[in-house]
Amino acid sequence: MSASVLFDDLGPRGRRNVRLGSVVGGLLVLSLIALGLQRMAVNGQLEADRWAILFDPRTGVPQSLGRALIATLQAAGVAMVLATALGAVLAFGRLSDHAVLRVPVSVVVEFFRAVPLVILILFLFLGARPVLGLDLSRFWTLVLGLTLYNMAVLCEIIRAGILSIDRGQSEAAYAIGLRKSQVLVFILLPQAVRRMLPALVSQLVVLLKDTSLGFIIAYPELLQRAGDNINFFGSRYSLQLYLAAAAIYIVVNFLLSTVAQWLERRVNSSGRIAAGKAPLAGANEDQTLSAVQADRG
Amino acid sequence: MQALLANFDALWSGFLTTLAMSVAAAIVATVLGTVLAAFRVSPIPPLRAFGAIYVQLVRNTPLTAVFFLVIFGLPAVDVTFQSFFIAAVVALSVYTAAFVCEVIRSGINSVSAGQAEAARAIGLTFGQSLREVVLPQAFRTVVPPLGNLWIALVKNSAIAGGAFAVADLTQLAANLARDNPAEVLGVFGGIALAYMVITVPSGIAVGIIERRTAILR
Repeated sequence: MSASVLFDDLGPRGRRNVRLGSVVGGLLVLSLIALGLQRMAVNGQLEADRWAILFDPRTGVPQSLGRALIATLQAAGVAMVLATALGAVLAFGRLSDHAVLRVPVSVVVEFFRAVPLVILILFLFLGARPVLGLDLSRFWTLVLGLTLYNMAVLCEIIRAGILSIDRGQSEAAYAIGLRKSQVLVFILLPQAVRRMLPALVSQLVVLLKDTSLGFIIAYPELLQRAGDNINFFGSRYSLQLYLAAAAIYIVVNFLLSTVAQWLERRVNSSGRIAAGKAPLAGANEDQTLSAVQADRG
Repeated sequence: MQALLANFDALWSGFLTTLAMSVAAAIVATVLGTVLAAFRVSPIPPLRAFGAIYVQLVRNTPLTAVFFLVIFGLPAVDVTFQSFFIAAVVALSVYTAAFVCEVIRSGINSVSAGQAEAARAIGLTFGQSLREVVLPQAFRTVVPPLGNLWIALVKNSAIAGGAFAVADLTQLAANLARDNPAEVLGVFGGIALAYMVITVPSGIAVGIIERRTAILR
């Protein structure tokens, strides 16, 4: 158990206390749930017909939520690709040795990181035509806003990942005659990707969640569609429809996180297998490297 | 910028609203998140499960959806708030608490086991060792991530004005930009600066606190 910092294996009295605590805590949690259900029952929120609307295809609600899910995933998917690509480019820029490149890139990154995403999206919505002369659809307004904000955040994640790689790696690469760009692409990036995968994916989950801001500009994502349905069918369904929209977001994000964990395990285990197969290329190399460093230091 | 300067009173009150909303939510979220973290590391399975489920559900829900559920969902079960401002604070707190919980839990786990073992060895109870030994150290390691959460919270509070009737900086930006289409860039630039007036010094302050409270390990 990860919480073992706090307590040993319990003795008989401790176990009794935990049992007692479990009963009390369990009752507390159950009564909280019961209170919630009771509030819903008193207000008639548990009536079958209020929930049936979510599942009955004749109402058109499941279809419209399905379309909204697709619209959400489209915006999120395009923004994820663009933001990751631009984030990587910006990270290379921030790591550049040339101040001409490094300074302006840093300013851009810090600016977009500091501005609330809502402000960015609203600005693009209201200002794209008069200020930038662009005629953006709602889709591209949302995607562009998500991309600008998340590329700045992803840039910092990628930069931190590259900087976290042991200095010996790039020194060794330079020593065997690789150029700067080769060191970055062939030596640092592959190792950095493994290390930053968890942070990268949790930021992509954030991006997916932030597509919900599309409702501010009436992009037909899940919450917008839920709201449309409530306008159509009446506010007696508002709790159910908003809960459904939230539930879909939770499921999709949960799936994304699960895939990420699976990917992380795969990436890490393949590294270990490679190391196990060729011990000279794996663990021993680390020791040799640290021995070299110890020599020098 | 002209439009912003002409409405300086509105800008100031929007700034204060954003700040007040964020501070109130930060306080509630820190308290709630700490309680949840205590649940998650407690020896009592039902409380651990409750903490874990809360975090999983809330972390994967968009903040916007939390806002919708608080503002339109809760009234359906007769839970209403006096103003949108209070509802916004509730939504922001409920959401941020899940992240605070995870940060504090990782902070607790980063305290070396020897500290807690020593605390138990001198006979402190679970509650005492948590309060007197583990949490004070955990809070120090979590200063930077908590600072980042505070900055994210300030930025997240923009949803309250962008989507709901809270007269904060974002709502002011939208209103002024609609009324003065020629000055969209100036209006949004000024509002973005107003947010930075909160977030940039916060980032610097977090750095200072981090250095002051750092502990040698």
